[in-house]
Amino acid sequence: MSALPSRLQPPSVVVAIVFAALVGGALVLAAGVNPLNAYHQILVGSLSWGSLPDTLNWATPLVGMTLAAALPLRGGMINLGGDGQMVIGGLAGALTAIYLPGPGPLVATVALIAAALAAGLYAALAAWGENRHGVPMLISTLLLSYPAVGITSYLVRFPLRDVTTGLPQTALVPPSARLMVISDPLNIGLVLIAAIAMLVLYVDRRTVAGFELRVRGANARFARYGGVRLDRQATRVMFASGAIAGLVGAIIVLGSQFRFIDGALLTPAYTWSGLMAALLVNGEPAGAIFAGLFFAALQTGGFAMQRETSAPRVLTIVLQSIVILFLAVRNGVGRRAS
Amino acid sequence: MSGLITPFLMQSAVQAITPILLAALAGVICGRAGVFNLALEGLMLVGAFAAIVGSDFSHSAGVGIAAAVLASVVFSMILAYGATIFRGDAVVIGIGMNLLASGLTAYLLRVMFGVSGTFSDPAIVGLDKIPIPALQRVPILGWGFGRQTILTWAAWALVVLVSVVLFKTPLGLRLRGVGEQPYAAETLGVNVRNYRVGAVLVSGALAGLAGAQLSLGAVTVFAEDMSAGRGWIAVVAVMLGRDNPLYAAAACVLFGFADAMSIRLQSEGLPNQLTDISPYVVTLIALVISHRKSGRASSAAAALATTADEPQLDTR
Repeated sequence: MSALPSRLQPPSVVVAIVFAALVGGALVLAAGVNPLNAYHQILVGSLSWGSLPDTLNWATPLVGMTLAAALPLRGGMINLGGDGQMVIGGLAGALTAIYLPGPGPLVATVALIAAALAAGLYAALAAWGENRHGVPMLISTLLLSYPAVGITSYLVRFPLRDVTTGLPQTALVPPSARLMVISDPLNIGLVLIAAIAMLVLYVDRRTVAGFELRVRGANARFARYGGVRLDRQATRVMFASGAIAGLVGAIIVLGSQFRFIDGALLTPAYTWSGLMAALLVNGEPAGAIFAGLFFAALQTGGFAMQRETSAPRVLTIVLQSIVILFLAVRNGVGRRAS
Repeated sequence: MSGLITPFLMQSAVQAITPILLAALAGVICGRAGVFNLALEGLMLVGAFAAIVGSDFSHSAGVGIAAAVLASVVFSMILAYGATIFRGDAVVIGIGMNLLASGLTAYLLRVMFGVSGTFSDPAIVGLDKIPIPALQRVPILGWGFGRQTILTWAAWALVVLVSVVLFKTPLGLRLRGVGEQPYAAETLGVNVRNYRVGAVLVSGALAGLAGAQLSLGAVTVFAEDMSAGRGWIAVVAVMLGRDNPLYAAAACVLFGFADAMSIRLQSEGLPNQLTDISPYVVTLIALVISHRKSGRASSAAAALATTADEPQLDTR
């Protein structure tokens, strides 16, 4: 598509980031802030020694949601329902941890499993809808998010509300059932997400299921011809994707907020940043993890930028989407092969 | 039944239908030209923001509408050129545009007006509601249309206009040809790329109107992410309507009523967290039923099916 022969072109991702930085720079300038200063603050605020723990803490849920998005994307499917799956997991985890008696670590483990199961099943509902009723998952995952968010919001506002606080939130998770702290602000959730990342990489690279998913992503017809049951595969993949999203929700609840607070899981928009990170590399897990870390650094740095200059940190979301759009337009990222 | 269908319910239903209908018409035009427009949500949001900016600076609702149309058309160029000349994936571009719209409007809201969340200002002039006393006395339909903005009337006029243009004019024939048989259309001398670009830009204008109705119609306020899934519901309306403006309008009426019903249920004392989800639940149910009824997938559904392998026209 370009006039340049391909060997003369710099890597697309680099060009995209430079392009986004230029457009973003103009936006920062419009806010009356020196772009170089703004970008400097982002760098210092994310990658300096003192801010690395914050970046890792932000990366834990973001990389988790990146994996939740990357898994279906690897097979050419898109899960837009991460928000709904995350709140279902978060609430299931919170309720289990609050109301299940027993030794703390065991309760926490059961809570995480309950979160993964509940959210996984909810996500699998979308696959069932496409297999049985022809409702495209791209649409149904997103539409299913709204009832999940609405119902969990209702539950924590009314029947499950902690009446002692007056805020829409559940009671506190008992200290024994909270996730173990490594060193503040990091907790064992980081290790859990890292383990899931390894697992996803392993499945993708070394197992038959991973191979079949990649074949589907490259050419679904060929996968079916080769004996892959596309409908069952979709259900399994969506379950796994939703389960990861649910785990992320439970990790935030059990690891940092200690209760399910209405809206608190969704405000940072991990789902959408994760989806963008996954789209950046078309669902390839290693690249997706890297992209998720990159976006986490960008957003953590955004806090510093907002604090030190007056440029709003939502700029980082703009930068992320420009990178995606640039790549999608330039070389057909996400183009489903025919 | 008479207790359920009140003048207020009808009015809020017609009001709720307007932005979805305008966005759905935008989707229909794109769908007919063979470009899957998933960016309706973002286009609407950009339009809603631009309408507030235009009206705030000029104290004129007309300027607000013009600004909304202009901004959404400019924004739609990303899809118009990205999905044709550059042959990017329309789904990815659509998702990217929605996120960009959400981030960009939030950013500009903070930079231009120094607020986050919602913005309202006495200087903003909303759209006038046109009272038609004679119509207001007519039960049901009259209740609904007796006092609405010019954009509501425009939306319904556009349903007719788009239907006529699509099915009764050479322009419409060529547009449908471009969508259904791009190779044949190209062979017959129709410039596929230009038709597709034009269709997306027109859809941008319509989505801009939808955004203006959102921020200047019932209220005069901009709230972050105020399109709140309406663009996605419009996408579903296009799917249910199988790219036909009349059927898509029928689907919009269904969603509009679900929306208005939820407001009514709220006034009956149900918590709004529960009533707010009714349009989405109705949408999902409609999708399931429609498939069962026909067994044939719409073009949008086919484009979305994870097993699709659509032929790609080389539009270089």
